[in-house]
Amino acid sequence: MLIRALHDEGVEYVFGYPGGAALHIYDAIFRQQEVKHILVRHEQAATHAADAYSRATGQVGTVLVTSGPGATNAITGIATAYMDSIPMVVISGQVVSERIGEDAFQETDMVGVSRPIVKHSFMVRDQRDIPEIVKKAYYIAATGRPGPVVIDVPKDITNPFDTFPYEYPEKVKIRSYTPATRGHAGQIKKAVQLLIEAKRPVIYAGGGVVQGNGSELLTELARKLNYPVTNTLMGLGAYPGTDRQFVGMLGMHGTYEANMVMHHADAILAVGARFDDRVTNAVNKFCPNAKIIHIDVDPASISKTVTADIPIVGAVDSVLTDMLALVNESDEVPDAGAIKNWWQQIEEWRDNHGIYVAPRYQQAESGKIMPQDVIKTLHEVTKGDAYVTSDVGQHQMFAAQYYLFDKPRRWINSGGLGTMGFGLPAAMGAQMADRDAVVACVTGEGSIQMCIQELATCTQYHLPIKIICLNNQALGMVKQWQDMQYGSRYSESLYEDSLPDFVKLAEAYGHVGIRVTKKEELKAKMEECFAMKDRVVFMDIAVDNSEHVYPMQIAGASMRDMWLSKTERT
Amino acid sequence: MRRIISVLMENEPGSLSRVVGLFSQRGYNIESLTVAPTEDETLSRLTLTTIGDDHKIEQITKHLNKLIDVVKLVDLTEGAHIEREVMLIKVKAAGAQRAEIKRCVDIFRGQIVDVTASLYIIQITGTSDKLDAFLQAVGDASILEVVRSGVSGIARGEKVLSL
Ligand SMILES: Cc1ncc(C[n+]2csc(CCOP(=O)(O)OP(=O)(O)O)c2C)c(N)n1
Ligand SMILES: [Mg+2]
Repeated sequence: MLIRALHDEGVEYVFGYPGGAALHIYDAIFRQQEVKHILVRHEQAATHAADAYSRATGQVGTVLVTSGPGATNAITGIATAYMDSIPMVVISGQVVSERIGEDAFQETDMVGVSRPIVKHSFMVRDQRDIPEIVKKAYYIAATGRPGPVVIDVPKDITNPFDTFPYEYPEKVKIRSYTPATRGHAGQIKKAVQLLIEAKRPVIYAGGGVVQGNGSELLTELARKLNYPVTNTLMGLGAYPGTDRQFVGMLGMHGTYEANMVMHHADAILAVGARFDDRVTNAVNKFCPNAKIIHIDVDPASISKTVTADIPIVGAVDSVLTDMLALVNESDEVPDAGAIKNWWQQIEEWRDNHGIYVAPRYQQAESGKIMPQDVIKTLHEVTKGDAYVTSDVGQHQMFAAQYYLFDKPRRWINSGGLGTMGFGLPAAMGAQMADRDAVVACVTGEGSIQMCIQELATCTQYHLPIKIICLNNQALGMVKQWQDMQYGSRYSESLYEDSLPDFVKLAEAYGHVGIRVTKKEELKAKMEECFAMKDRVVFMDIAVDNSEHVYPMQIAGASMRDMWLSKTERT
Repeated sequence: MRRIISVLMENEPGSLSRVVGLFSQRGYNIESLTVAPTEDETLSRLTLTTIGDDHKIEQITKHLNKLIDVVKLVDLTEGAHIEREVMLIKVKAAGAQRAEIKRCVDIFRGQIVDVTASLYIIQITGTSDKLDAFLQAVGDASILEVVRSGVSGIARGEKVLSL
């Protein structure tokens, strides 16, 4: 009944791992063809893969795990999806109803354990409720501010010998849940007025624009107004990265020009972004002269950390459509002189310290490959059109800075939780979403070891992803902080020659391994890697291990206060 | 500032733990909490008192509203309202104390609901302030046990919190 409900819901893939409490469900999977199951090697990977599948397609990802350890292994992935507002349904097996509460074998209170990291959860108490609960779960996961939903299913509930009349509901109505749709017309009008009158405006777009399918509308609005746009780490691709109006990512490792634009702006249009602490730096020094318009589908995101002058609660696409209509109808236009001056100022910032007009990093004296150059080469070789998943660390920031995403849903990373181990399973999910696409996982030698077992899953399902490992032989991001704040005392951020031979490791799983140590070989080897269209290729690239990610905002200060290199600051 | 938030929510297993969890997860404190089913048995009414500035209270109400089980809520302290709390208190009452305590109970319009040779059980209803004042009047020395129900509240006038 459960699998039938999933099929009726339109679920194509389930990422999961079997176990006792889920065996009735697994037997049902075996006896049908429609819903396909992807067997991962660790439940965490199932959640990340389903999560990335969702990020790439906009559909709800589905996970199936057993009770106890299966459920707890899924927790990190649920938390990752929760922090980035990704729609996902996690079905967990549970011990039989009568044993619940007795510390039965493999019993964990999954509803309780997952409570703070789900949008909602269900415990199924009656078989007859399955269709309605499944329908509700997908509806809740996908609408409003999306998020993960858990369905905990005691084993007796899926007993195949109990049969019931089955009907899948066409619609659900939940009286206590009415996600916001259209924005308030009066507020939208005020916002447009403020925008048009602005002299130093900026559009600050977050993951909500990607998730809410607002990229095209946002791009149209920005072009119409000729205003600069900055994307958050989660919003990369919401506005085309190679466009002239794009000033780069903002925040802790944002570009100089993006952070300067924000700090000096007199009007900020924040769309589907949440003024995260990695964006604002010290909140009390944040953008002192700006009036803030904040569009978000979640009222609780608005004025949470930074107070909005014009809050607009609504779905991003709907609100942007309304705004665009007003801008198009309006007799008033932005002050051309002021906007021209503003762009002149921005160009000056770009010329001084922008990372896209000139390289702002030195080549290593050792002659080692610079990590930034790896990402630039990746962009070149994949023509800027790959799905790029990432792990967490310096390599993630280099990828965010240097792979200029022109399309939404191409950049897949754990922004909110910062989960090492996300990259490889996420690449599998993205490849499942688009079997012909080029998928690259940018990772570090630290992160990749957190879900390395998934190389076997890639073999089983022929997922020819490319792993671009920026091997700096260290937990680089940790080491960078230790350099900057702890007198270079590298407490537990080095591995002392314990790294595996990644080439051999890849080969052991039946894949191709390529080691790159010389600058001159980088491009040719990368081309060789991406030419192997139907193979998994692990590129182990030795990069300079003393490099830091810059710019880097100075803690406790305003957005414009940044380190630009090891010695230079604003 | 002290606020009384009244929540109408689905009477389902797990609903209450979501509300309580939200408070601990986001670092809000709960001063008191009462919950019971309403005349519509699919709904529960929960009243909680908390302390915070306007910003914090706005966040609390927004997050409560986000919970799928929460149907509606109101911050009663925003308008005219009636609040009540019930207190049961067991006090030593022997000799001259008996008359004294009895007088105190009358002043506060409480009732003595159980008596032994050496103690009274008193029931008092009113605002939390009144209950506090009674406790002070009786004095720590006589108090053996105190049970308070937590605050319940309802808006004055036409305003109704229902489906
Ligand atoms: C699961 C998990 N544990 C710890 C951290 C803290 N952390 C953030 S970055 C980092 C280092 C990552 O090292 P590596 O993957 O080699 O990337 P690099 O920074 O060297 O590019 C660590 C340990 C984390 N983000 N996630
Ligand atoms: Mg590393």
